[in-house]
Amino acid sequence: MHGRPRKSATPVDENASALKAAKIRSLQSQFLQNHHNNIYTKEAQEINAKLIESNPEFMTAWNYRKLAFEHNLSNQSEVDKEDADHIKLIIDEELRVVENALRKNFKSYGAWHHRKWVISKGNSSTERELRLLNLFQKQDTRNFHAWNYRRFIAGLKDISDEKELQFTTDMINDNFSNYSAWHNRSVLLSHLLEKKVEGYFPKEIFLKEEYELVRNAVFTDPDDQSGWFYHLWLLDQTIKVDMPNLVSSWPPNGSEITNTTFPIVLFFNEPVEGVNLQTVSVQVEDDIFKNIAWSPLSANKFKCGQAWLTHLTIPFGETNSSKIFQVKIRSEYSQGIISSNGVPCSQHWSIAFRVSVCHDFQPEGQSLRRILMTDENFSTVDINSNVMDLFKSYFELASDYEQPTSSKWKSEMIASEIDQYRELLSWAECKIGKLTLARLLMANDAIGTPVAPNTTHVEEVLKLYSELMELDPTHYQYYKDEYSLVFLKQVASSKESLMKYCRQYKESTSSNITGPMCLRLNSLSLSRIGSFERLLWVQSLDLSHNQLPSIEGLEALQLLSCLNLSHNKIGSFMALDPLRFLKSLRVLNISYNEIGAHTVDTRRYLCSSPLSHTLDYDKKFEEFAAGDEKVVNFWEAYSVFGGLDIMQLDVVGNVAADERFKLFLVKLLPALKWLDGEEVH
Amino acid sequence: MSQEFNTNLGTLFAVNLDGPSRLHRRSATQPDQSAPFSDRIDRFDLGLGMGELAAEKHAKYILTVEKKKDDIESVLMEHLRINGAYWGLTTLDILGKLAAVDQETVISWVMSCQHESGGFGGNEGHDPHLLYTLSAIQILALFNKIDTLDIEKVSNYISTLQNEDGSFSGDKWGEIDTRFSYVAICSLALLKQLDKINVENAVKYIVSCKNLDGGFGCTPGAESHAGQIFCCIGALAITGCLHYVDKDLLGWWLCERQVKSGGLNGRPEKLPDVCYSWWVLSSLIIIDRVHWIDKEKLVKFILDCQDKENGGISDRPDDAVDVFHTYFGVAGLSLLEYPGLKAIDPAYALPVDVINRIFLH
Repeated sequence: MHGRPRKSATPVDENASALKAAKIRSLQSQFLQNHHNNIYTKEAQEINAKLIESNPEFMTAWNYRKLAFEHNLSNQSEVDKEDADHIKLIIDEELRVVENALRKNFKSYGAWHHRKWVISKGNSSTERELRLLNLFQKQDTRNFHAWNYRRFIAGLKDISDEKELQFTTDMINDNFSNYSAWHNRSVLLSHLLEKKVEGYFPKEIFLKEEYELVRNAVFTDPDDQSGWFYHLWLLDQTIKVDMPNLVSSWPPNGSEITNTTFPIVLFFNEPVEGVNLQTVSVQVEDDIFKNIAWSPLSANKFKCGQAWLTHLTIPFGETNSSKIFQVKIRSEYSQGIISSNGVPCSQHWSIAFRVSVCHDFQPEGQSLRRILMTDENFSTVDINSNVMDLFKSYFELASDYEQPTSSKWKSEMIASEIDQYRELLSWAECKIGKLTLARLLMANDAIGTPVAPNTTHVEEVLKLYSELMELDPTHYQYYKDEYSLVFLKQVASSKESLMKYCRQYKESTSSNITGPMCLRLNSLSLSRIGSFERLLWVQSLDLSHNQLPSIEGLEALQLLSCLNLSHNKIGSFMALDPLRFLKSLRVLNISYNEIGAHTVDTRRYLCSSPLSHTLDYDKKFEEFAAGDEKVVNFWEAYSVFGGLDIMQLDVVGNVAADERFKLFLVKLLPALKWLDGEEVH
Repeated sequence: MSQEFNTNLGTLFAVNLDGPSRLHRRSATQPDQSAPFSDRIDRFDLGLGMGELAAEKHAKYILTVEKKKDDIESVLMEHLRINGAYWGLTTLDILGKLAAVDQETVISWVMSCQHESGGFGGNEGHDPHLLYTLSAIQILALFNKIDTLDIEKVSNYISTLQNEDGSFSGDKWGEIDTRFSYVAICSLALLKQLDKINVENAVKYIVSCKNLDGGFGCTPGAESHAGQIFCCIGALAITGCLHYVDKDLLGWWLCERQVKSGGLNGRPEKLPDVCYSWWVLSSLIIIDRVHWIDKEKLVKFILDCQDKENGGISDRPDDAVDVFHTYFGVAGLSLLEYPGLKAIDPAYALPVDVINRIFLH
């Protein structure tokens, strides 16, 4: 029972309780009998009213009241029907019963709904409802039922958003520690902005005042959470780009590639729908390709994704090897590409790159030597090699994507907030101060220069997150994840910083599969990965010896053929779901993780699965697993790896990887040549 | 007369405390679970020196909870008895004690709560409502007895409660709430009848209830609340639509629900309560952000809310226990991988083996 102390009842208590229980029980059975026999006499209605007063949660009792109410209205005499006062009398009686029930329990869903139901019949006074609300909202300023009812009345009686906004201002001025009021403010301001009401549009008009209001709250008591989320919302309102836009692609604009069959990836700033033949055109030389099928790289079935993929094959057969093809990907009807909340893309873009045909590639799949991502197989990248020329082409050419321009008011607003929060931290060591400052600094960098990422404040932000890990150990991992993301943003921000983590395969190790270079982000204590939009070129990736529980987002790296994830915290095969989309993957190391070690799988609903209705259960599995189908690990591995041509796999050091499971893998992966360092025959 | 509507949990769960079932241990067919299992025992029991889960006592408490049918609490709970049965039975299953219950008695009582319309009431003779219909389906799923139902009839009852805008009314009287969206979607998924409703509109309505903090409320514009967030996240998970969720924003709001004592509250600046160990925790697990809280501190908070003498778990330490909080406490510990407990699925709120049996076959 909520908030009732645990104590053994005295005999006196027990007696009183038994008496009361017997009384309610008698009311309950009389009421149900009346209900079942459709008896709506005055006495019957009084029994119901008494019952509701002692137990306002009894849904069936409220249903009876509605039936009785309808009965009372339809059974009025002809004279009464003409008499507005009589109808008012019936309504007032209902409202009185509700009010009594609410006094008993003002969190009763049934009572609040009954009031709405009665009020919707008309003939009610707005003043009376607002008076009642003021009473309840004064008693409990956070009662969400009352706030919901207030929004209902405001809608029903056409009370203006400005008036309601003033009510939240009054509540906040009275006591800023009122999350419900801050919440309602965000709802009302969003309405006003949407309706472009004078004084609230464009948004910079009200943002400045809102920052001030919430600053007062946060600075008065930095530990009170009431204003925290509102401030983050304001920051988002300040910097957010109001529409989806393209942020990167593979191949990048102005680049030159040498494969004749390759993936094309379009990477947007948020998940979008509607990438198709009508919205995006693919042109090789002068031909517009009509047989292009785009698909989102994600597990949902509503065709929505942040990255979209197609494959292109250049018809080079009859031409000579020196031919260079010009390819152009262009937005044809960008309004057809819409964000998940329905905002269309209005930016036009075009990506042009060249494909030089190169005949001397080796067919894949021939005798594979075991590929090891260990230090002795790598050397530092030779800056004069032709590998570098190719690499440079991914970064040095200016982007043609039209990026949304940043506004002066945004930078000024954020700069002023940064000053304020620096000042707060000069006299109060508080977590919200540090966290907000870190977010403001990142926002400042993000809106500075749209094309090349700005990393002016990264060092300071990393320091703030390190301090937060110590200051607030309960949420250590939150700060650690943020730290990892900021760190990777810095790594991926420029060619120079990326080069520090790139290694060249030694000649003896390099192959068509590995590519010439490996991005080695190993042993960096990363707990999360990101910045994928800047890593679309990566073919070999070493993420070993980190603390990654998930590889969400990795599906965008469509060139990826070698991936080392050993010594991380991957907890299930479902956590490897992004691999499902990586059809080029040949070498995979998932050894020394935690697969099979957990009873709770946190990736279960973020991947393709029959549980989330994003994938049908494959009946063939039962046949395939022959008796092992009860073991969930087998199904998960089947579902993730089933469509891949993995040639080298390491799974040792996971609870799930016993001998029986390894036999299953050999059966599942016909192309497999190496399993845990042993050659598969 | 009163007896007719007054069968209680005590007689329903024909008590068999010394029966064959023992505290659940993972079977030999899942050898993969055993090694880290013992690690966790060390961590929880020795590392922190905290109390242990009084599993036997809690099972006993549930099996006898309404024996005192004269007390006021049981009378006031009669209207949602079928919810109580679901909480109690699921707790027993997680504790490995479901075999102590006579399923025939339970099932025939559950079926006696069904109406002509196909929906279920909270007790015999009470009006039908979506909230009670889900509990009925969940109870039958626990016993692998969904086929007892006229699936067509139940799913028709549920689907006719969907409105134009995709939302759901709880019953014919028209109260709309995202709780009912979850209940309808979860029920139909368990019955494999999701195609009976317009899923796309149902999802759109839920998304229209998203707030500034990434959370969700009862209706568009309503404040975020952990219970409501569970409903919306659960419904989006079941329909494969979690891409509509800002996982980092919502994850931050949810992880900040953990207060100094280790317990979780349901909204900012509110007191912690064991029931949020379910609402907040299951949401954090579904969006893969559960590592953002201190799990060990939460385990300790839940264990501190046990009545170690008489069994049962309360909202906060030293408050009176009830079935509702006992379920949320035990289910919360299961989500925290507390040793010896069956795993529970965070979206369907049923044991993982029950869910796998339904969907992975």
